Amino acid sequence: MTLLGKLTWQAFPLREPLPLFSGLGVFLILIAIVLWTWRKGHIPYLWREWITSVDHKRIGIMYFMLGSVMLLRGFIDAIMMRSQQAVAYRSPGFLPPSHFDQVFSAHGTIMIFFVAMPFMIGLMNLIVPLQLGVRDVAFPTLNSVSFWLTAAGALLVNLSLVVGQFDRTGWLPYPPLSELRYSPGVGVDYYCWAIQISGIGTLMTGVNFVTTILKLRAPGMHYTRMPMFCWTALAANLLIVAAFPVLTATLGMLLLDRYAGFHFFTDSAGGNSMLFMNLIWAWGHPEVYILILPAFGIFSEVVSTFSGKPLFGYRSMIYATMAICIISFMVWLHHFFTMGAGATVNSIFGIASMIIAIPTGVKIFNWLFTMYGGTVRLTTPMLWAIGFMVSFAIGGMTGVLLAVPPADFQLHNSLFLVAHFHNVIIAGVVFGAFAGYTYWFPKAFGFVLDERLGKLAFWLWLVGFWVAWGPGYVVGLEGMTRRLQSYDVAEWRPWLLVMAAGVAIILLGILTQIAQIVVSVRTRERRRDLTGDPWDGRNLEWATSSPPPPFNFAALPNVADQEPYWDMKTRAREIGQLVRPEPQYEAILMPRNTPTGFVTAFFAVVTGFALIWHIWWLVILGLVGSYATFVVFAWRDHDEELIPAAEVARLDRANRAARTTRLQERMAERQSERESRP
Amino acid sequence: MSAPSSALRTGRDPYHLGHGPATGVPEYTGHGGGGPAPKRIVVGYGFWIFILSDVVLFSCFFAAYTVLIHARNGGPGPGIFDLRNTAEETACLLLSSFCCGLASLAVGRRSLLWTEVALAVTGAFGLTFIVLEAHEFAGLVTRGYGPTHSAFLTAFFSLVGCHGAHVTAGLLWLGTMMAQFAAKGFKENIRHRYLCFSLFWHALDIIWIGIFTVVYLIGRTTP
Repeated sequence: MTLLGKLTWQAFPLREPLPLFSGLGVFLILIAIVLWTWRKGHIPYLWREWITSVDHKRIGIMYFMLGSVMLLRGFIDAIMMRSQQAVAYRSPGFLPPSHFDQVFSAHGTIMIFFVAMPFMIGLMNLIVPLQLGVRDVAFPTLNSVSFWLTAAGALLVNLSLVVGQFDRTGWLPYPPLSELRYSPGVGVDYYCWAIQISGIGTLMTGVNFVTTILKLRAPGMHYTRMPMFCWTALAANLLIVAAFPVLTATLGMLLLDRYAGFHFFTDSAGGNSMLFMNLIWAWGHPEVYILILPAFGIFSEVVSTFSGKPLFGYRSMIYATMAICIISFMVWLHHFFTMGAGATVNSIFGIASMIIAIPTGVKIFNWLFTMYGGTVRLTTPMLWAIGFMVSFAIGGMTGVLLAVPPADFQLHNSLFLVAHFHNVIIAGVVFGAFAGYTYWFPKAFGFVLDERLGKLAFWLWLVGFWVAWGPGYVVGLEGMTRRLQSYDVAEWRPWLLVMAAGVAIILLGILTQIAQIVVSVRTRERRRDLTGDPWDGRNLEWATSSPPPPFNFAALPNVADQEPYWDMKTRAREIGQLVRPEPQYEAILMPRNTPTGFVTAFFAVVTGFALIWHIWWLVILGLVGSYATFVVFAWRDHDEELIPAAEVARLDRANRAARTTRLQERMAERQSERESRP
Repeated sequence: MSAPSSALRTGRDPYHLGHGPATGVPEYTGHGGGGPAPKRIVVGYGFWIFILSDVVLFSCFFAAYTVLIHARNGGPGPGIFDLRNTAEETACLLLSSFCCGLASLAVGRRSLLWTEVALAVTGAFGLTFIVLEAHEFAGLVTRGYGPTHSAFLTAFFSLVGCHGAHVTAGLLWLGTMMAQFAAKGFKENIRHRYLCFSLFWHALDIIWIGIFTVVYLIGRTTP
């Protein structure tokens, strides 16, 4: 045993220019950013206000930023795959198979675990406590730990770019291929430890949010008064609590096979790889609902706000959400109809899979009926919502098609399947994330994003998505299987060229989004959201200033209605002043910031890296460090900070003044409208 | 602690386990429209949710065990388990939980001495359990029935070992808890932490009852 375990100079891609230079480039950019921040003197601010922050809003923003950076990384993988398949007709292309395999594995892993999940968890963090009318989540420090563990997992995945290699078995490491015998390198280990670490973070998020939603709501907020986003967040987090331990256990078993010579999934000594298929999809199918349910919640908020109407069929929406939550655990086998379960079992799971389309259909109709008869405003978030409804319905229908076992036998592992899940994930989850991003951006930062560029980005994404994945259905039906590094079927070629063009259009969409941020930040002074309610919103997140003060609400709101803020505004217009008189301001106790999350994640990275490279002394050091962090945190006496009453009063009075002005303007507008009417 | 116990005597619902806030009591449960629940309830509830997720984790290892129980690779089946050792382990674990309950009573009475004594005995029984389990494992390995021998043994060692790892982590927590009581006394957040610890410790008993039944009892009747 050497000091550095399996780690040698051969782990670094010194002879492969592509990963070497891209890795070096990223490394240099990171160094440059750190140096720049340090020179500008921002490090203490970042440390005090962001890295150690336990404020749910800031953690939410950091989650979203992590997701955005990882989206760029995963999208580069997408560009590489599309261009490889565009040129690899009767030719090896520019990516050798071993590299191409890493690219599609990394693309899937990153997009699901480090893009879609941080997007959704980020938006939940930012908005759920505000919508519930409370001051923070149930366990603020744990929340920070969750975020930093997710970031630690993302860091490990990206580290594999320059130190060693990533896994080549796809985004789910199916045994026996992923066993030590067939994948002796560190790739699968990188995958497993990165996902174990970030998975623990996600599980903690689930515990945190289930507790928050069930135990911490403003007075008067019964379950049937909770905003739809909170309901879908509840369902998603219940799924996290029930599903993520399965992922942890399954990858734990695979790791035991690889590290200790166990025989869970090996093809010798009685190991059973079908056990892996069942377990991983018992997590994997609920996982897709963990992603899509919050997106459904975002669309519910957006459609209702921009139609100027309460959500149609609120209760049926709750039933549909919870039905999906439960049925999502009864369909996992449809991911491997072809693996010999037999006709009866396949039929049961096929029918269960089709049944899920019913509550989802209920939701689509509810959104449509919310728009029907409403005053629809076609803002950017609303465009994302409408684009979603049209595209997702098609993705859902191809899903029902795949749920029919005989059809699935033809389409299994084909590009038709890949087109289906990109259809529901891009047009569902990603569009949902972008709708939520544009909708709640002013709440997070206090100014509205540029609408013109936002709409342009939407159209580029929508068109780009269909150009990229519409042909995927066609080549799939023509028999093209997924993950092909090269091919020699002439009929596929034109479609694959079109798909490459689609990715280029999506790239333009992403560039437009970057431009949108730059332009909006530069012109932020005239985009200020002074009242905290830029969209004429309906739920409590709009009842506080933008960005909200650390304590969210000077006094907890009293909820008497399903749309508490809309109710408040309507009554304010009737009586001509703000509904709630100025409260008796009191000092507010808020949790103190702590570096616990950051330090824990540091030790998690150290431990994970050491485990991957079999550096056992470092593993022990990392674990001892984690335990020490835990004890130091547990030992602190001073864990809360008092925000003085004067400060609370100052922040709240400013917001009340802005709202009063706005109310008077509104009433004057109405008056003049009434007078101008014949 | 005197307020809830007097409330118990008067037949009220001190922890508001029913729906909605009880009238005249300022503490809410978070049910219905009563407003945010107090910290004790939030902490205990959150930890319960975590325990449920841990139960799901164990369920996977249970599933793997029942799937792989016949995959013996020419080796032995559950006949190799020594039920006497299992009985001793069970006794240790249940007594440990009983002492943990006594420690809860001592915390309720704010008696540092009895808290520490009860926790020490809790830990001693837990440690004995771990020693017995390690003894069982070592015996199997020396007879050539280690976890690498067959899928059945893999599943057995993992399921029982996962429980053992939880007990070991619990012992570490227990030691930290004792140090905290000694250093900081019965502060509110320390008591909340102790509430979580006792939930954890009792939950491990429930898991053990599952292991006792599925692995050792049913296992003995499996050919």
